[in-house]
Formats: sequence, structure tokens, C-alpha cells
Amino acid sequence: MKIKTLIAGLLVGATLGVVAAQAADLAIVSGDTGTGLEFLRSQLDTFEKETGNKVTIVPMPSSTTDQFGQYKLWLAAGNSDIDVYQTDVIWAPQLADQFLDLSDAAKDVVKDHFPSIIESQTVNGKLVALPAFTDAPALYYRKDLLEKYGKSVPKTWAELAATAKEIQDAERAAGAADMQGFVFQGNSYEGLTCDALEWVKSFGGGQIVEPDGSISINNPQAIAALEAAKSWVGSIAPEGVLAYQEEESRGVWQLGNAVFMRNWPYAFQLGNGDDSAVKGKFDVAPLPAGEGEGARSAATLGGWNVAVSKYSKNPDEAVKLALFLSSTAVQKERAIKQSNLPTIVALYDDADIATAMPIIPRWKDVFLNAVPRPSAPTKVKYNEVSNLFWSAVHDTLSGTGTAAENLELLEAKLTELKGEAW
Amino acid sequence: MTTEALAPPKAVAARRHAASELTRSRVRSAMIFLLPMLIALAIVAGWPLLRTIYFSLTDTSLTNLYGGKFVGFKNYLGWTTLKSGRTIFSGLLVDPVWWNAVGNTVRFAVVSVALETVIGMIVALVLNAEFKGRGIVRAAILVPWAIPTIVSAKMWAWMLNDQFGIINDMLMRLGLISTKIAWTASADTAMTAVLIVDIWKTTPFMALLILAGLQMVPKDVYEAARIDGVHPIKVFFRVTLPLVRPALMVAVIFRLLDAMRIFDLVYVLTPNSSATETMSVVSRENLFDFDKFAYGSAQSTLLFLIIAVMTGIYIWLGNVRFDGGDR
Repeated sequence: MKIKTLIAGLLVGATLGVVAAQAADLAIVSGDTGTGLEFLRSQLDTFEKETGNKVTIVPMPSSTTDQFGQYKLWLAAGNSDIDVYQTDVIWAPQLADQFLDLSDAAKDVVKDHFPSIIESQTVNGKLVALPAFTDAPALYYRKDLLEKYGKSVPKTWAELAATAKEIQDAERAAGAADMQGFVFQGNSYEGLTCDALEWVKSFGGGQIVEPDGSISINNPQAIAALEAAKSWVGSIAPEGVLAYQEEESRGVWQLGNAVFMRNWPYAFQLGNGDDSAVKGKFDVAPLPAGEGEGARSAATLGGWNVAVSKYSKNPDEAVKLALFLSSTAVQKERAIKQSNLPTIVALYDDADIATAMPIIPRWKDVFLNAVPRPSAPTKVKYNEVSNLFWSAVHDTLSGTGTAAENLELLEAKLTELKGEAW
Repeated sequence: MTTEALAPPKAVAARRHAASELTRSRVRSAMIFLLPMLIALAIVAGWPLLRTIYFSLTDTSLTNLYGGKFVGFKNYLGWTTLKSGRTIFSGLLVDPVWWNAVGNTVRFAVVSVALETVIGMIVALVLNAEFKGRGIVRAAILVPWAIPTIVSAKMWAWMLNDQFGIINDMLMRLGLISTKIAWTASADTAMTAVLIVDIWKTTPFMALLILAGLQMVPKDVYEAARIDGVHPIKVFFRVTLPLVRPALMVAVIFRLLDAMRIFDLVYVLTPNSSATETMSVVSRENLFDFDKFAYGSAQSTLLFLIIAVMTGIYIWLGNVRFDGGDR
């Protein structure tokens, strides 16, 4: 009788186990802004229908810095509540130990993605996360205003400053008191590192820490770049730009109060929404170049990925979700509905995307020339490097010390932080 | 925990010398009643504190919490001698970022608590007067205190926003400013912005505690003063203030402790601005954002010590008694 009970118990257990494996409750974090959350939900609904799993979204703050602190804490504590994390392109080296290796699960699809992105998510041969979309910022400009004043799209930062100043002053004189020339992300957070890296790189000033680990930031071109940026604050950009993240700058822009904006592609779709004051009045171009040797247009490589926590109770289903979110079908939807750049090479030649989002096929070249932040060479110290860099830039922009002083100090601090090796 | 300490059994304290059987059994039962709280405190406050102090003496990182090696006081102060013979100091005690944060915190605590005390006193005096609808006003004044800090910080962040913010809009319409002020962005106004929000939020708390003290002042004292024809301002300084002083001192110490460990407001309103960065903000950054868990623990430990010392000095200087009695 005892054996019968045991067998019955085992059978019940096994059945329950199978049921649990078939329909798991998964949780995914999301710091999406704008309509991103809605979009993610619609995709998850499809996933739920296909697999019978249930997926809950745990909303997070939009700032990548805020998200990182929380995720690191959860992962360090071995939290099993979250199964799938959406990770910033720079996080892979810092969180690699806490995520599952996806190389096996994704071995058939890896070749479809841009190799550089797969490489950025691979740490010591372990594929930490699968790319969901990539990002490279654009210069948003007001077609109508440039036409009105007979200006062309600026190719250099100096042209941008001159055009922005002229249009801003003329528009203000004509009664639009809130008109600003240029808005970007000047708050002291990861976003400022992105913006400032573009300025420095576009002036031929290197990329803070070079791929070989050498610290290159203290150079005349980088100083010139930051001095140029500093001259914008209070003239073509409002002083409040020093507290702006992506959404604040989009706010000013979308109310029709800016001639130019630096932002990621997501703002393209939102700017053409029905509630937007600039609907149909704007277009995008690559960011301007600086001046001097090695000057070129530069865009910081962004992008988000999906990773599976190694503490997940349903790793198999969670991996399926990660694969689903990085799949061609979802990336295509994402491109059309959210104007997020796909990481799958073939999608740049997709006819549907070209019709719905003409920006995306044009963005392939920008993206191929994008500059990575120095997260690979600086490894687990990246956050501190980035923090030191954005603080130095923020100090410069707000007038605490000159660019030359701040970058010299930054070089000394980075050298100390580096020690023997990164 | 301090609230319980406010009213120790008076009989126990007063009659300690007469150690009768009754007193002893009373002490015993007091201990038994206190025991659950002491155990709870040891678990939720004592153990984490000891653990933080221990971490601060190791090289622990967040990804490897149990593998840290003991490094002594290196996180606090360490030095290396270079080949040239020059000695370089490192560690918390010589970290300018840390001392900047300490300065910010102390400045914030002193200014905010001072202003909150003054404004809180005024509000309490008004609420102590008899007028129609006093109950509603008393309830209404507590609203800022009831809103969770994170919500009110976010709300104020939008109100203080330079382009869409209502504060700038009102000041512009009134003609008080000519250009919009970037409250949270500029280093000059960032601290002011944080102070405004904190004072708005915690003045009701201060007012409430002072009001409680005011209501304990016997009415006949005022009557006597009125009959003698004493000027109201003199009444306030000679009668009201000395009588509410014990309650006031306790209120101030609560607020001071609170202000010294301010985190949420600064974190939401002006993240990463060196003009407002407080001790808690810096230590959180090291603990979680940077790969410096041990260093962050050292900062938390020092934060604890600084607050402990400040509280000690305050109690000693102010001769504060927590039972609310007179001196």
C-alpha cells in the first residue's frame, strides 16, 4: 500500500511538473518609454498564445543607470522573481556571471545578426544576451523651419550652432518665446556619456579609453569638442538641458519648441504620432562632424538585449522568451511600430520596413560606423569610468572648470582607477 | 525604536534603590516585555550594522559576497610609497568626493531643520489658536507629510522643470524672473530646490510635534500673563518657548537624524549632481553601481559614526530628556 501511495504521489508530482514546465509564469523587466510598454505587451500576448506561458511585465525607471543598480542588486541576491532581463549593450561584461549562456540555444540564429553586436554580448566565449534592437542616435531637424530660413541640414557642429542660433533668435522675435535651437541629453547620467562621446569622437578625439585599454581622453581635439558643446549651453540650448534625459529633450522637441534635437530613433515614431506638434514637419540626418584631423560624424552605439537570469525557475521557457523577443518577426514589428533599428541584417532590405519607416534602411550606414562605449576594455569598472567621464563633461558644461582642466583631472582619475590593468 | 524609549516606566526609574521583591519582579516582567523588541532590533538593525562594518574591512564585491578577504583599514586609509619616495594616500578619509558629500549633507541638515523648526513653530501656533474649521486645516496640513517622498519628489521635479514647470511659469507671469530658471540643473540652485521640497514635505511633521507640546502648556499660565498685561511676543519667548522646549528638542533630533541620512529626494531630484550629492547617495553608488561594495560599506559605516557622534553632541549640549519632562 505504501508503494502504491508512493507511485501515486510520484505520478501526481510528475504530472504537475509537466504542467508547470508547459505553462510557466515568467517575469520580464522593462524600462521602456513612450509606447514601448504597450508594444512589449502586445508581443508578449503573441508569445503567451504560442506557448501557453504567462508573462508579467515588471516596469522599471527609464534611466539605464537606475535600472542597472536595481538589477545588480537583484542578481547579487539570487532573486528568482525575474526570469528575463532587458539589458543595455554596455552591461554584458559586468553581469556576465549572473546570466545563462545562450550560445547553444541561439546557435541557429546567431549568424543572422550583425557580428559586432553578437560580439559585444559575448564575454569569454559565453553569449550573455540576445540582441532585441540596436540604436544609433540621429540629428532630428525641423524641415519646415530650415526651409523657411533657407538653410541646409548642418554637416558640422559649427554650422549647426550658427543655424540654430539664427532660427532660434528669429523665431523668438516672431513671438515663439520658448523656441530653442538645440536640445540633447545633458543630465549627469549614462546618456551624457553617449552624447559627449559623440562630440569627442566627431572631433577626432578618440573614444575615452581605446580598445587596447589606453586612456586617450586628455587631448586637444577632445578639449575642443567639449568647449564647443559648452558654448551651446545658454546660447542655443536652454540651461535646463543640463538636467535633461531623453524624455525631457523629446518633450521640448515634440511641443515644437526646438530646431534640432539629438536623440535615438525611438523618437521618430513618437514625433509622428497624432498628438505631436511636429508631426510630418521633421526629418533625421546623421549627427554633424567636428573640425580638425580625423573629424567625422559619430554616433554612439546603443541597443538593448534580452538575457536570462541564471536564478530563473523556468530557464527553458525563459530562454524561449528571449529567443522570441530577438526573433526576426518581433524585430520587424518593432522596427515598423517603434522605429527601433533591427539587429538582423536582412531586415534592412525588407520592403515593408522601408515603406513604413524610411529612416531604417538609411540608418544601416550610420549604425555600421557607430562608436562603442569603452565597456569592453574597462570591464567591471566601466560604470565608474562612465561616471567619471560624464561628471567631467557635466562640470565643463555647467562652467565648473574649463574643458582642459577637467579632462586633465579625468585622465589622472582614470589612470588611478585603472591601476595595473583594467 | 526611539518612540518606545520616550516613556520608560517611571516607577522603575524612580524607585531603583528600594530593591524590594515587588520592584524586582516588575523589572523582570519589563525585561520580558522588552525582549521581543530587543531581539527584533538585533536582527533588523544590529546584525546588518555589524555585517556592514565587517564588509568595510574586506575587499568584498557585490558579485562575490562571501569571498571577500580581510584587508584591515585599507578602505578607510591606505598608502603606497612610489619609487620616487613620494607617498600617496588613498581611501575614504582622503576622498574629496566623500568629504564633499559630508559637507552637502551637513549643510542640508542644518539649513532644512532650522527652517522647518521656525516654520513648523509658526504653523503650530496658528493651529493651536481657536478658529472655525481648525480640524480640517489640521488634517490638510498633514497632506505633504502623508505623500510618499518618491512621489512628491517626482511631482516637484516636474513642477521645477525649466521648460514645462509650473514654478517657472508662475514666477514669469508674476514678473519676478525674466528667464526660466533651470532649478535642478544648475549647481547654484540645485541645493535650493532640494531644500524647498524637503521643507515643504517635513514642516507638517515638525508642526505636529510642536503642536502636541503646545497643547500640554496649561491655559492658566496664559491667563495670568494676560491679566498682568504682558506683551504677546514676550509671552511667547518667556512662557511658550520654555514650556515647549522639551518637545521641540525631541522633534529637532528626529528631524536631524532623518535629514542626515537623506537619500530619496536627492536621488530623484538631482541624481549625480556634486552640488547636492549626500553621504547616502554616494555610498549607494559605490555599493551597487560601481564595483566597490567594500568601499561603499566603509562609507555606510562612517555615515553611521558621523550621525551617532552628532546625535551624542546634540543630546549633551541640549540636555535633552526623552521622557518629555522638564529639566
